[in-house]
Amino acid sequence: MIRAGSRKAFVRPPTLPHRWVAGKRWESISQRPGSDRLRFPGAVNSPFTNILAFVRPNEKDAMPTFRVLDQEGMVMQKNKEVDVAQDEAIRWYKDMLTVSIMDIIMFDAQRQGRLSFYMVSAGEEGIAVGSASALDPADVIFAQYRETGIYKYRGFTLDDFMSQLFSNRNDPGRGRNMPVHYGSRQLNMHTISSPLATQIPQAAGAAYALKLQHMQNPQSPPRCVACYFGEGAASEGDFHAALNIAATRSCPILFLCRNNGFAISTPSLEQYKGDGIASRGVGYGIDTIRVDGNDILAVREATQRARELCLEDGGRPVLIEAMSYRVSHHSTSDDSFAYRAKVEVEDWKRRDNPITRLRKFMESKGWWNEQQERETRSALRKEVLAAFNRAEAEKKPPLRAMFEDVYSELTEESQEQMKQLGDIIDRYPREYDVEEFEDGRKGLNP
Amino acid sequence: MPPTARPLAILRKRARPPSQCRPYSSHPPQARLNLPIDFSTTPLLHHTSQSALSSPSLSPHIDTSTLPPSSKPSTTRLPLHSAINAALAHALGASPSVLLFGEDVAFGGVFRCSVNLLDTFGPERVFNTPLTEQGIVGFAIGVAMEGGKPVAEVQFADYVYPAFDQLVNEAAKVRYRAGRNGEGSQEEGRQVLEGWGDGGQSCGGLVVRMPSGGVGHGALYHSQSPESLFTHIPGLRVVLPRSPSQAKGLLLSSILTCPDPVLFLEPKTLYRAAVEHVPDAPYFLPLSTAEVLRPGNDITIISYGTPLYTCTAAIEAIEKDMKGVRCELIDLRTVYPWDRETVMESVKKTGKAVVVHESMVNAGVGAEVAASIQEQAFLRLEAPVKRIAGWSTHMGLAFERFNIPDVARIYDGIKQTLEY
Repeated sequence: MIRAGSRKAFVRPPTLPHRWVAGKRWESISQRPGSDRLRFPGAVNSPFTNILAFVRPNEKDAMPTFRVLDQEGMVMQKNKEVDVAQDEAIRWYKDMLTVSIMDIIMFDAQRQGRLSFYMVSAGEEGIAVGSASALDPADVIFAQYRETGIYKYRGFTLDDFMSQLFSNRNDPGRGRNMPVHYGSRQLNMHTISSPLATQIPQAAGAAYALKLQHMQNPQSPPRCVACYFGEGAASEGDFHAALNIAATRSCPILFLCRNNGFAISTPSLEQYKGDGIASRGVGYGIDTIRVDGNDILAVREATQRARELCLEDGGRPVLIEAMSYRVSHHSTSDDSFAYRAKVEVEDWKRRDNPITRLRKFMESKGWWNEQQERETRSALRKEVLAAFNRAEAEKKPPLRAMFEDVYSELTEESQEQMKQLGDIIDRYPREYDVEEFEDGRKGLNP
Repeated sequence: MPPTARPLAILRKRARPPSQCRPYSSHPPQARLNLPIDFSTTPLLHHTSQSALSSPSLSPHIDTSTLPPSSKPSTTRLPLHSAINAALAHALGASPSVLLFGEDVAFGGVFRCSVNLLDTFGPERVFNTPLTEQGIVGFAIGVAMEGGKPVAEVQFADYVYPAFDQLVNEAAKVRYRAGRNGEGSQEEGRQVLEGWGDGGQSCGGLVVRMPSGGVGHGALYHSQSPESLFTHIPGLRVVLPRSPSQAKGLLLSSILTCPDPVLFLEPKTLYRAAVEHVPDAPYFLPLSTAEVLRPGNDITIISYGTPLYTCTAAIEAIEKDMKGVRCELIDLRTVYPWDRETVMESVKKTGKAVVVHESMVNAGVGAEVAASIQEQAFLRLEAPVKRIAGWSTHMGLAFERFNIPDVARIYDGIKQTLEY
């Protein structure tokens, strides 16, 4: 019997005899007389019991949380070899710090009205950077929106971030998406979209495509997909569809849930009644682990192992639930002190966060000190502000970008509408400011 | 003898006298207009091989390079479901990135459109999914975003709504929001696998097939024609073929050549009813291009899908009754983005227009067509543009034949417009 949250839950359920012969897809399953277990098509190996007992969710059986470092940055398991090089750890640290510093500056910039919107990742930098460091650069990423650290780790420059945030002409998204909706073809990261959880079944399909590409061209390297989402998004129907379809089609995909305790104002306790998101993975027949998201080494190690698992035997999905706390407001449009105590947030900030924990670890190794900390922070701040100023001064994309890329070619209808808009601007020139767009009025010519 | 013969014989004993008892699909005994469509004689179908191969709408598009040297194009008589099967088989054979999946497609599909494809192309490329429309379409978008050409099946168009979010917010907007990331490129040492896309983050390879339209007894959830809900969405192409030969050519274009996501609605009442000669070689019919099915000078009838057969019957009756009248019949084929030029050219010539479709009249395709005609051909119009469509109600089982535009309603609409 598989119980949610119990250790038995990690046992792989028996698979159906799944041998495909032309014209015949399933071998028949029949209930043998005198069998001690159920063999119906819908449950092929369920032992009978004469005890009437409902399987009940039990808090005591909560899935354990994998940790490498304790809150003081010390390796918990004595004599454990932690496979981290000094320069790697410093890179992760600087990436997390960059995100953190950029977050503070951009949050304030939004408050000053210089930016329409922003979302910080405070408290969750470790999940993003730790997991990204365990992936291959060719692995494909689908993110939700609070994973800025992945973009930083994969190679997004400060100018890349700022061009998107200011929707200027260097933004590959051509100024169409709200801030923080990053994307990069070169870095194999699909463009973020606002509807929650829609990326999860898409990621399963993308993983299936990668699996087929490798099957059809075995010399091409095996790749997987990493798909990120919050615990709130996991309540959407798309989450259910995705995990089920990924399991039945054996897709090489890592589902990475950031469980940060809140979906805007809704606490997890109003989001679900079970043992977090992890307990659900088991129900779909998916290998699952829960990790401490404030421990970058745990996130990294779990993701490394999960990636190996998900590429084994042609592929299968793996679910990682990374626990953390959303230190920040949900977004610049949210004041979280309307629904939670400031002292609680301050407590989390001070007591446990992924940046200070890695710093303590590095200090214990003698890799980092107060002076480096001061100099790095100051240098990063200057770099962010310089990129900020460059991006803010740039023109926006040409006006025709509003109509292009709806289809691969401009339709006759769109061409006519561009002309109509151009006519209006020509006849009411004082009503429109076209100069902030590249090529001004001429930018509307196809 | 069919197995239903005996139970029916028993029923007959208890039933009312024949004068009071009619089987489902019959027509009133005195009817002159509302007769069943005779698919074996309708001019909309190619009843001979010669007709299909000489058709200006098919022959120029036949890919003769696929034929063995010195052999001529041939045809086979196929019902609509087999023509779709032939298109799917060709597409799966043409590119390793074409996948076919949905609910129950593996054994051949509930309408037999995917028969034998699993055996030919294997379970990795033709497979069943769990029963989840949002999952099927989301999964398909993901395959397409990584350069594949997924053909996803939604079992009935009535069940596409769980996937509405994925189609409207995602499929339609992937290329637009990706911007320059949507442009594929072989630069930067990116490895492009044979038959797969080149890394552009669009979902242009996506095709979602779904059986749609009335079938005589489908009631609320096996009869719907939701095309106009999707014609409101820039980024999607909405295609609806009228016949087996059209379906094959339009589906092949949708899967193999169209760089945009396509919703492909298949009139399920025609799956078995419409049988015609279909060229065996592959051919690719253009999307967003209407076809003038019969030329005329006095009025333009614009429709698509199944009602084209009813329109044809109504036109024949009108032309018999009103000597000298010639009606022009246009099949939109793609309902969005639609071929405005062909329609306007026709209406500017005839001065009168009638739009016919099965789905509800309110905010239907007819509303868009009529409004566009009013804007672009106002000075040439000699009568209001008439819309003949389903009533603004649901498809109640017992009332279906009063809901879908029939020959009498179309006849009357044309007559009123001509006599305006």
